[in-house]
Amino acid sequence: MWKWLHSYADPERAYKLAGKLLPWFSAIALGMIGVGSIWGLMFAPVDYQQGDSYRIIFIHVPAASMSMSAYMAMASSAFIGLVWQIKAADWAAAAIAPVGAVLTFIALITGATWGKPMWGTWWVWDARLTSELVLLFLYLGVISLYAAFEDKVLAARAAGILAIVGVINIPIIKYSVEWWNSLHQPATIKITEESSMPMEMLAPLLINILGFGVMIGAITLVRFRAEILARNGMRPWVRELAKAEGVK
Amino acid sequence: MKKGLSFRQAFFTLLKRDLQIAVRHKGDIFNPLLFFVLVVTLFPLGIGPEPQVLSRVAPGIIWVAALLASMLSLERLFKADFVDGSLEQMLLSPQPLPLMVLAKVLAHWLLTGVPLILVAPLLAVLLHLETNSYGALMATLALGTPVLSLLGAIGVALTVGLRKGGVLLSLLILPLYIPVLIFATSAIDAAGLNLPYDGQLAIIAAMLVGSLTLAPFAIGASLRVSTN
Repeated sequence: MWKWLHSYADPERAYKLAGKLLPWFSAIALGMIGVGSIWGLMFAPVDYQQGDSYRIIFIHVPAASMSMSAYMAMASSAFIGLVWQIKAADWAAAAIAPVGAVLTFIALITGATWGKPMWGTWWVWDARLTSELVLLFLYLGVISLYAAFEDKVLAARAAGILAIVGVINIPIIKYSVEWWNSLHQPATIKITEESSMPMEMLAPLLINILGFGVMIGAITLVRFRAEILARNGMRPWVRELAKAEGVK
Repeated sequence: MKKGLSFRQAFFTLLKRDLQIAVRHKGDIFNPLLFFVLVVTLFPLGIGPEPQVLSRVAPGIIWVAALLASMLSLERLFKADFVDGSLEQMLLSPQPLPLMVLAKVLAHWLLTGVPLILVAPLLAVLLHLETNSYGALMATLALGTPVLSLLGAIGVALTVGLRKGGVLLSLLILPLYIPVLIFATSAIDAAGLNLPYDGQLAIIAAMLVGSLTLAPFAIGASLRVSTN
């Protein structure tokens, strides 16, 4: 049943599949983020308490929630790479890590700029903010560990172990606003119950969250293709490709 | 396998070996301890000797210094064995690797964690820690320092094969140390205010049990990566 999936562990096929998917991902990401951001920033109703400054939510929440999802994606592919020795999964993990780190950084920066007018301070040392900062450090640790090894097969395994150990932080971030008294507001989007947000605000936010997810996919695909080429530089098909591209 | 060692024998043989080696290189035990004492003494010089200020920041200072000292001492956990090849022999032995690793980490904790716990009350006196915080300080250190050794060993195992692992090591393991630090210092603060702190202790104990069961496997896997 899984046979069709295994054939994509072959670098050449994975490279071509990634190339085919890339335009779709880019177009959908551009479309969704465009619609979500314009709707959210210009047409969504003004918040009765926070005024217009709440609108940063349309960047902050997608970046923050996707920074955690990207970490889970990285850790899962690292796990697949470690257990089933599929190199393509290792490359995917290496491709996701910097994307996730940047998203975490965006979440922290937008959170700080939102915190300044609302809480009167750029930063407070509470659970949600601190654990998100730890997430950034975990990403940086994984990236620098991957960079520290000459042999990239070993590098992927070592960074993979670290990524899996770091997964413990994800539920801590997710539930930090419920476990501790925090200045950060609790989650407004709930899957099982009704969200504490009117539909006109929720819709662009959800569109942007999905858009950010697809955008991670698109950027990861670009990096994944580059990673495949870098790791398979000696293979004949890569040389053929380089020749064909060089002619253009 | 008939003549092979039992798990218990293997565990204690390795533990004894590591302890003996450390006793013969006494600097390895005393230097991290000295570092711990020195870092703590720097703070009153840096932020001023007022007892109120010091007693307020004492839990944080002692714990941060303990984190740094534990990280500093961790470097030698696998390094010498990696250099002289005995680590590879350990990996090749028929004994389960997590068990071997656990013995090494236990030896490391006995040599660096326990002296640190014993010195801590003395430093707490110097920092004017609240009198009713001493119990919490000792309890959190007793439960927390093994967690530091176990988590740190993962980072050391990942970087042991690298030539410049030192700075990288701090980037890898300090984020993992943060939860221990948070709960330990909040327990000591709560004790200082005569509030119950068994909740924080229970969480640190949970971290200890969790890392005791899971970390040896992660350390073993990391060592296999590092020695290739």
